[in-house]
Amino acid sequence: MYSLESKDLHLYYGDFHALKGITMGMKKNEVTAFIGPSGCGKSTYLRCFNRMNDLIDNVRIDGEVLVDGVDIYQKSILVDDLRTHVGMVFQKPNPFPKSIFENVAYGLRVNGTKDKNLIAERVETSLKQAALWDEVKDKLKKSAFELSGGQQQRLCIARALAIEPSVLLMDEPASALDPISTAKIEELIYQLKENYTIIIVTHNMQQAGRVSDNTAFFYMGELVEYGKTKNIFTSPKDTRTQNYVTGRFG
Amino acid sequence: MSFTSNPNLNKSKRFWQAFAFNSFRLLSFLVVAILVVILGFIIINGISVISWEFLTEMPREGMTKGGIFPAIVGTLWLVVGSLLFACPIGILSGIYINEYAKDGWLKRFIKLMTNNLAGVPSIVFGLFGMALFVNKFGFGDSILAGSLTLGLLALPVVIRTTEEALKAIDDSFRIGSLALGASKWQTIWKVILPIALPNIITGIILSVGRVSGETAPILFTVAAYFLPKLPTSIFDQVMALPYHLYVISTSGTNIEASRAMAYGTAFILILIVLLVNLLANWLRRYFGRKVKMN
Repeated sequence: MYSLESKDLHLYYGDFHALKGITMGMKKNEVTAFIGPSGCGKSTYLRCFNRMNDLIDNVRIDGEVLVDGVDIYQKSILVDDLRTHVGMVFQKPNPFPKSIFENVAYGLRVNGTKDKNLIAERVETSLKQAALWDEVKDKLKKSAFELSGGQQQRLCIARALAIEPSVLLMDEPASALDPISTAKIEELIYQLKENYTIIIVTHNMQQAGRVSDNTAFFYMGELVEYGKTKNIFTSPKDTRTQNYVTGRFG
Repeated sequence: MSFTSNPNLNKSKRFWQAFAFNSFRLLSFLVVAILVVILGFIIINGISVISWEFLTEMPREGMTKGGIFPAIVGTLWLVVGSLLFACPIGILSGIYINEYAKDGWLKRFIKLMTNNLAGVPSIVFGLFGMALFVNKFGFGDSILAGSLTLGLLALPVVIRTTEEALKAIDDSFRIGSLALGASKWQTIWKVILPIALPNIITGIILSVGRVSGETAPILFTVAAYFLPKLPTSIFDQVMALPYHLYVISTSGTNIEASRAMAYGTAFILILIVLLVNLLANWLRRYFGRKVKMN
């Protein structure tokens, strides 16, 4: 069974047909990279899996989106609960104007965890998983805004991990960061896949090549090609994929 | 070509640059000057009557002697009362307009009506307050009726500031919170409102300046011409600074003799508004820092 799956998924922003019949599945413990030129629908598709598209007016969806085999667009789904199961990290680091500790504890608190020891324990574990613990353990009460951009992004990853999701959606998580921070995030992704299903949207071909097991190439709302990352980069079947990964358009 | 070879080049461009810059500077100084002149005028004329007695005693001898203590207390009651009414309703409305209402005719209609409410002349609020609170609800001329009337006046200001404060907050905070499984209300309560608080407080306190200085809305709803005792309940009438100023300037028993008292009253009124504005600034910074630290 796939961890994430969609069947003939169509999405419309008003009259605009943004996703055209996407059918694909992603397995647990694998990293899948979504690549494609801006506006190709890759981020829109990513946001279907935690229903963040619900926040936009005039979005209509046809087809099925399954998380662990469950159709997440059926009426009985509680969107809040879905999002604790499918975590997300955004392009721009977006810590809350709270302390480092409270940022990581936030997801636990809003989902009803009251036990202080448990919260402290989860905060520490998550910060360690996000490779940030050693840098912040002495200043957990300081504002998250005092951290550098790269640290803030790892804090946001820790924040997402704290509520123990099984899926991590990453929307260009390193595009606003310097090369050293980017390398740290990539290393992190590599380690996290032991426990999570990870999707990463990226504009950086090398990054896709480094971190992902599978790559999906999107173009104008269609899934053009999907397969093992090394096959997509070395022997793409579609000429559009070939042109894109070799930098001839995009 | 040297940069200094021809001073006549672009002469008119430089002239207009200097002209615009200097005239703008002059005009902004003019704004400061107006305020300074007003303050100076009132202080010079009113300072002679300012004393501990003036602040803490009842008016005496046809309001030509004594103090303005009941008017100060009355104004404070009215400010607090109107805020107790306007803040909850105003803040919740602002939250509804910015966070919940979908773009559409309803939201546009509410915003239009809020703006119109802000444009209603204050004497009309006074008349309405008299008809509704004083007569219809039977509160009589009272702190309650006056506070509600002044609250109506402050309401659009509070709604607008709340709305603007919320609108200024980047959506990434909302999205980040929702993506962690927080509900919309949790997102607003735990993330958005703390960020907006400094600006909301500023708006509320600026409306205090407006409320404490209004005369027309309290004219028919609460203000007493002469009442040398303090209120004991919200159904009592009170004196208030702006109305007291009006009374001793136009219809007192001896206008000439109470002239200095009038300037003194104006001075205290301005002082209260200035102090409240300073408080607003301080609170804004305090909460602004707290938001970042938490």
